[in-house]
Amino acid sequence: MKTIFKSLLAITVVSLVLSSCGNEGSSKKGALSSSAAEKVYVAPGEHDEFYAFVSGGFSGQLAVYGLPSGRLFKVIPVFSVDAEKAYGFNEETKPMLNTSHGFIPWDDSHHPDISQTNGELDGRYVFINGNNTPRIAKIDLTTFETTEIIEVPNSAGNHSSSFVTENTEYVVAGTRFSIPYPQKDMPINEYKGNFKGALTFISVNPEDGRMDIKFQLMMPGFNYDLSHPGRGDSHGWFFFSTYNTEEANSLLEVNASQNDKDFIAAINWKKIEEYVNNGGGTKAPANYAHNVYDEHTHTATSTMKKEVLIVNPSEVPGAIYFMPTPKSPHGCDVDPSGEYIVGSGKLAAELTIHSFSKMIKAIEEEKFDGEAYGIPILQYEATLAGAVKQPGLGPLHTEFDGQGNAYTTFFISSEVVKWKLGTWEVIDRKPTYYSVGHLMIPGGNSRKPFGKYVLAMNKITKDRYLPTGPEVTQSAQLYDITGEKMELLLDFPVIGEPHYAAGIPADLIKVNSKKIFRLEENKHEYVTKTEAEAKVVRNGNQVHIYMTMIRSHFAPDNIEGIQVGDEVFFHVTNLEQDYDVPHGIAMIGAQTSELLIMPGQTETFKWFPKQVGVWPFYCTDFCSALHQEMQGYVRVSPKGSNVPITFTLDGDAVDAE
Amino acid sequence: MKKSKILMIIGSLLLLGLFVFPLWNITLEAPQYPTPLGMDIHINKFTDTHEFDIKNINLMNHYVGMQYIPETIPEFKIFPLVIGFMVILGVVIGLIGKHKLFLFWFVLMSLLGMAGLYDFYLWEYDYGHNLDPKAIMNFKNPDGSVMGFQPPLFGTKDILNFKAHSYPRLGAYFMFLGMLLTVVAFFIGKTEAKTK
Repeated sequence: MKTIFKSLLAITVVSLVLSSCGNEGSSKKGALSSSAAEKVYVAPGEHDEFYAFVSGGFSGQLAVYGLPSGRLFKVIPVFSVDAEKAYGFNEETKPMLNTSHGFIPWDDSHHPDISQTNGELDGRYVFINGNNTPRIAKIDLTTFETTEIIEVPNSAGNHSSSFVTENTEYVVAGTRFSIPYPQKDMPINEYKGNFKGALTFISVNPEDGRMDIKFQLMMPGFNYDLSHPGRGDSHGWFFFSTYNTEEANSLLEVNASQNDKDFIAAINWKKIEEYVNNGGGTKAPANYAHNVYDEHTHTATSTMKKEVLIVNPSEVPGAIYFMPTPKSPHGCDVDPSGEYIVGSGKLAAELTIHSFSKMIKAIEEEKFDGEAYGIPILQYEATLAGAVKQPGLGPLHTEFDGQGNAYTTFFISSEVVKWKLGTWEVIDRKPTYYSVGHLMIPGGNSRKPFGKYVLAMNKITKDRYLPTGPEVTQSAQLYDITGEKMELLLDFPVIGEPHYAAGIPADLIKVNSKKIFRLEENKHEYVTKTEAEAKVVRNGNQVHIYMTMIRSHFAPDNIEGIQVGDEVFFHVTNLEQDYDVPHGIAMIGAQTSELLIMPGQTETFKWFPKQVGVWPFYCTDFCSALHQEMQGYVRVSPKGSNVPITFTLDGDAVDAE
Repeated sequence: MKKSKILMIIGSLLLLGLFVFPLWNITLEAPQYPTPLGMDIHINKFTDTHEFDIKNINLMNHYVGMQYIPETIPEFKIFPLVIGFMVILGVVIGLIGKHKLFLFWFVLMSLLGMAGLYDFYLWEYDYGHNLDPKAIMNFKNPDGSVMGFQPPLFGTKDILNFKAHSYPRLGAYFMFLGMLLTVVAFFIGKTEAKTK
């Protein structure tokens, strides 16, 4: 009894001490938070120092924020339709969402990565993967618009994507699910040994950025989780984390967690590229969409490709090795020097760091520990550079500050941990609110990180913001990492699920940002470059309206001769050539979105008039002082009516052609 | 060659700068135009300060019923001829070397310049006052007369939400310097004539 009393007393004393520490901590926090406010304050009219491209996860889009302020500038539609911008609604962008499964209005966007030259961010493009219906998209950073989407065949759950090599030679797309190759009707429980995991290397044309599948590597039927490129000495290699090396096909949470170690696959893509360039690989039938948006026609086209080059690992000996890594590794992150590959075993008690130079030595000395489907497994100890002991629970993703420090997120223990490369000692840890997934340091996946901030992206916020019913926002948190200890500066809500991010100094991009599209360069099939060229043309039951918009009217704005049952195309050109003067248009009863048309651009929506009458349309973007006057009428007559097609502006009638 | 002759020739040749550089500039500032709209006036053309500025000035001005800035005006044919003639005349006079002719050239040039300025004023007045009766917005002066939108001939003036600046540009400075040199040439020539 006495001992119980004593220990109770001891606990009370300890907790008192702890709580007083806590009080001290919070009073310190008060002092800090005032300086934190200054650090994230970007005065009105000033610009942020960094762009952060944060994926929207299940929103399918890519959001553009400024750092350090956390202000949202734009949501770039990528894989999901966006009624605001008519993406996937207007006739021009519908082909962007075409796939071998037809038009898909949604996807799960995951890992944005910025193009690189010589291992440094060059700010030309952002690539991002669609997870569900496997695709890779390219966003042009002069227009901040999605300009290309390529479907990835023989893949399912395009997750270990879309990371670029040091000179953007390739953007890489690895499959999460292994599936039968070629696809066929077979029992699911015959997975083991029969399913394959495709790792796809998509070449990026250095001139125009055009993507093309160079080859697909048909790997064993594991799950490929994440990947990162080698750099420096390890340039030419790519590293993929794997889980489910058990090759389970059901209840994976248990059955894929049985092996003590899974693998990080090291792929010498240069060697495979050489093999392919010399005629290696097998051309196999395939069916996948390649969608390209042309900035001059303002129109996307979708082409179905019918062939893909397949490479089996056994064809290129010495190009692929497995490095054992504990417990279902998620992140496999390469430090700025290219020497260290950090494996984050989701269920492991430590972080495993492989050494690239030791890996090369182990390969030379053939320090193998068996093989898997003909691929040599390197001895665990032979590639091991070190381990961060007891770093936290549920390690997920590591980025680097370029000063010899690494920052790893821990999902289960909700924290960011700073540790030192080489000594593997933990330097600092800070909580996140809550359940952090990936993190981002601008340039943190390159040779040259800009180690000023780390952005942690949280899946759960619970009580952190004003409640909004059962569904509450997810969040990002900004930490200052310029000191020895990290300092939480800002906590801001985000769109969708902030799955992953890429950041870059604003100066590398903002000077290239386009202000308008040049009307004289508009090559849209239905462009109208002057009001005098505006017209309405009937072709059977199709009616094409060639319309212009400029402050503050449409031309024409009175149209007659439309009939119930017609298919009416509004091809609308914005004649403005001034920065930030878009116009919108919406037609009553049109079963589509508005159009939001930038200066010099042409867009098209379709309207199927169903009722006789006189129906209005109007400008949807508050464009000018007389925006409210920017409107017009369409007269709809019964089918077969003899009302002729006429179109006028201010009573100036011109007969139809 | 005598110093005065050289100065006279250089002075009149400097007018050639008008064929390269703009004579005048009108710039319009407003809060929603962080990059102001501007128009350069050459002796033979109007040009944008930034691409599409003239188009955008026209768009702004149509709200108050102002005419579009024309693609070209008759003056653009006359001005280059006059300037070309004055350059040749100045060089010839310089070669002749009679200092009284230098002064004659300067006076002639000044008269022509004033005529040009008056012409510019007339155009500006018309531009600022010849308003479309169906103008979207009509503004009245406190005395009840119709408000004009004439930009200043020289200087800065507030016109509704815009601040309009009207100032000479590099071409004009070439001309002023050239004319100044011809006056200097006159006085030096005068001294040279005395000392002979």
